[in-house]
Amino acid sequence: MKLLKLVPDNTNIRFLRWRLPFYIVSTLLIIASWGLVMTKGLNLGVDFIGGQMIRVTYTQSATAPVAELRESVGKLGYGEPIIQQFGKPNEVSIRMKLPEGSDENTALADEMAKKITATIKAEHSDARIDGVDSVSGKVSEELGKQGGLALLAAMIAISIYIWVRFEWQFGVGALYALAHDVSLTMGMFALTQMEFDLNIVAALLTLIGYSLNDTIVVYDRIRENMKKYRRMPMPELLDLSVNETLSRTIVTSLSVLITLIALLVLGPDVIFGFTAAITLGIFVGTYSSVYMSAPILIWLKVKPDSFVPTETALERQERLAREGA
Amino acid sequence: MLDFPLWRRLTLWAITIVTCLAALPSIFAVTNTPWPSSLYAPKVNLGLDLAGGSHLLLEASADQIRRQRLDTMAEDVRSRLRQAKIAVGDISTKDGTVSFMVTDPAKGDAAREALQTLTSGASMSGQRDWDLKVDGGKIVLAPTEAGIKQAQSMAMDSATDVVRKRIDKMGTREPTIIRQGANRIVVQVPGLKDPAALKALLGQTAKLEFRMVDLTADPTLVAQGIAPAGSELLPYANPEKDGTGRLAVRRFGGIKGDQLTNAVAGNDDRTNEPIVSITFDQAGGAKFARLTTENVGKPFAIVLDGKVLSAPNIQEPILGGQARISGSFTSESANQLAIALVSGALPVDLKVVEERSVGPDLGADSITKGVYAMAIGTLALMIFIAVTYGRFGLYANAALAINGLMILGIMSLLDTTLTLPGIAGFVLTIGAAVDANVLINERIREERARGRKVVQAVDLGYKEASRAIFDANITNVIAAVLMFVVGSGPVRGFAIVLMIGIVTSVFTAVWLTRMWVAGYLRRNRPSDIVL
Repeated sequence: MKLLKLVPDNTNIRFLRWRLPFYIVSTLLIIASWGLVMTKGLNLGVDFIGGQMIRVTYTQSATAPVAELRESVGKLGYGEPIIQQFGKPNEVSIRMKLPEGSDENTALADEMAKKITATIKAEHSDARIDGVDSVSGKVSEELGKQGGLALLAAMIAISIYIWVRFEWQFGVGALYALAHDVSLTMGMFALTQMEFDLNIVAALLTLIGYSLNDTIVVYDRIRENMKKYRRMPMPELLDLSVNETLSRTIVTSLSVLITLIALLVLGPDVIFGFTAAITLGIFVGTYSSVYMSAPILIWLKVKPDSFVPTETALERQERLAREGA
Repeated sequence: MLDFPLWRRLTLWAITIVTCLAALPSIFAVTNTPWPSSLYAPKVNLGLDLAGGSHLLLEASADQIRRQRLDTMAEDVRSRLRQAKIAVGDISTKDGTVSFMVTDPAKGDAAREALQTLTSGASMSGQRDWDLKVDGGKIVLAPTEAGIKQAQSMAMDSATDVVRKRIDKMGTREPTIIRQGANRIVVQVPGLKDPAALKALLGQTAKLEFRMVDLTADPTLVAQGIAPAGSELLPYANPEKDGTGRLAVRRFGGIKGDQLTNAVAGNDDRTNEPIVSITFDQAGGAKFARLTTENVGKPFAIVLDGKVLSAPNIQEPILGGQARISGSFTSESANQLAIALVSGALPVDLKVVEERSVGPDLGADSITKGVYAMAIGTLALMIFIAVTYGRFGLYANAALAINGLMILGIMSLLDTTLTLPGIAGFVLTIGAAVDANVLINERIREERARGRKVVQAVDLGYKEASRAIFDANITNVIAAVLMFVVGSGPVRGFAIVLMIGIVTSVFTAVWLTRMWVAGYLRRNRPSDIVL
């Protein structure tokens, strides 16, 4: 039986030759992403800015009557609705600011939801109300803070662990790669104006986890090779490590992509944005562990003998035997 | 490498089988196959985003609890001092303290004596709930921080209780009601059709009072919003019917409507208008009888949550312990009030600060599609792994399938909830589990390419790959624990699955496959392997 081999043995691609241009491009992309987030802004869901979101499916129509809906809901006197299709074209979400004074009197928000749903049903009897989310300003502020805090805390704690297990330069490299991944994904959300809600924070955490996994695999190999080839210059050593783990990188990324694409194409519409974020994250994360977290070690001047004290007597014997041979 | 003692094999298999069996009831539930009810059936709870239902976050105002405590204290002080026959001036509850002047300064110490027992709370800690200060003729009672905290905690406990009673009476299935933080309650009701009714029910405090109307009040002053001493002005509950004016009602001397044994919604015999009839318990009935006996011919106000429902004349003493309340109800609102009254009044007002409702159709749709997509995705993934790693790929696939079952099983045993973000956590751990096997198998390939013998290559493969697998999983555990501690709702749901998944991934992808590979090598002693 012949097995599938996507990557030939003993590749010797000089990935790191292009590290500088890639670094510049990536850093520019990070800046561009933040620029987009600043100027265009994220399409924040009610989780983060408060308000009311009503999800509607028009079960008998191919597309939702968005323009009509905008007009009829707008006429109710609660301000302009933000109407967005998601998943299929006959599914929409309608987002409203909560009416004035509803922090004190929550009945006002209920009344608004009631009026809107009644209007929708009156105009189209096939409209199915799939859900109502109503989040007060105070709670949304807390949710935003908690989400941001969770992201930040996770990134920092992980970096500290890597610093302890490897060297401080590796910790910095991992943190930079994670910041890169998160920034680019947020940039995509700013660009496409897909809704950014709490579920997306969970997606960002997933991609951090994934990207980190990749980074650690490459770092582990670098650490191993640094012990083995103590006189090899860093760029060469990094290239060797990336090449040695290349097959694994490709196979794993493909595996996860297969599952994600199935979810993206066949999965429920409610998680489309979520899955899209992770899918993008796989590409970004794989790239960043090769081009972000590895080259930074050169600039941070990791010395080839950084890991020597950890060498045991047995490993030393093995190494001497190897070097002698 | 080949050495796998029997006890170790048995332990691994036992853990595998037990946790996989625990997943069965959940799988039966998804496929709508009946599970024998006599068997123990731990099941994964589906989050509201998947199953449909309502999630409400209710918040009590801390200020209100504080204010109520001051009012109660003021009333206690008044009655204590009356018993002790100590005359005092107006009792003020401003500035967060209860303060008053003793008319005869010489009685200051006597007043302190009389009030002393009020200042220590019911708490076991022995801490004072109130600080009592006497400054000449002025006495100030200030609540202590510990006392406020305890009062708040008690109020929230009893509010949670009342919420639970009310929801149970609505006849919904399996509601989750949890206190959260200092002043919040989370309510989750799966499969609810009409969240508006639930909100209306929880939104009313249902504090019922029978209070005497102040007949001495000057109508022109009342119109200007000035209440006579000892009275307060209350609005009507139905301004359409009773007008937007306000009624002067005596502050004291009324009775509370909380001593009930029953409350039923019905219709008035003559007018056919919806009413609520209440039955007092013995003590409440006696109080009500005395109030109505002493005040025949005078009007009393039926007050609900600070609004006057109606103010009928007492025509004769009501001795039977029963009363009927009318007040422009609809049959639905009469029913809600009856439920609310029987369940007891909320000690504080609750506001809905967050609501998430998912229609049951959407939920069911999401589950079917989600399960379908996961099944197809996993199948495609397994084919890919099998053609890439052959026999070793099959081991990896078996480990993967068991991994999925184990996650489900452990989630069932721990009674956790699976949400959409939880599915993401699932995908991530599946990815991590595959990656562990990929790392191992790639490493074995490498070691073979370097010319090592089969057993040695496999041994090294597991050993060398374990380091990276270990580091990657520890970092994920760190992240998951942090997310669980810091995060809320969706982030937590993700973290739970991630934590469970990390453990099962390492278990299946590293330990189980290693046992199987060792078994294969021991039995067949291959001189070469296809990898």
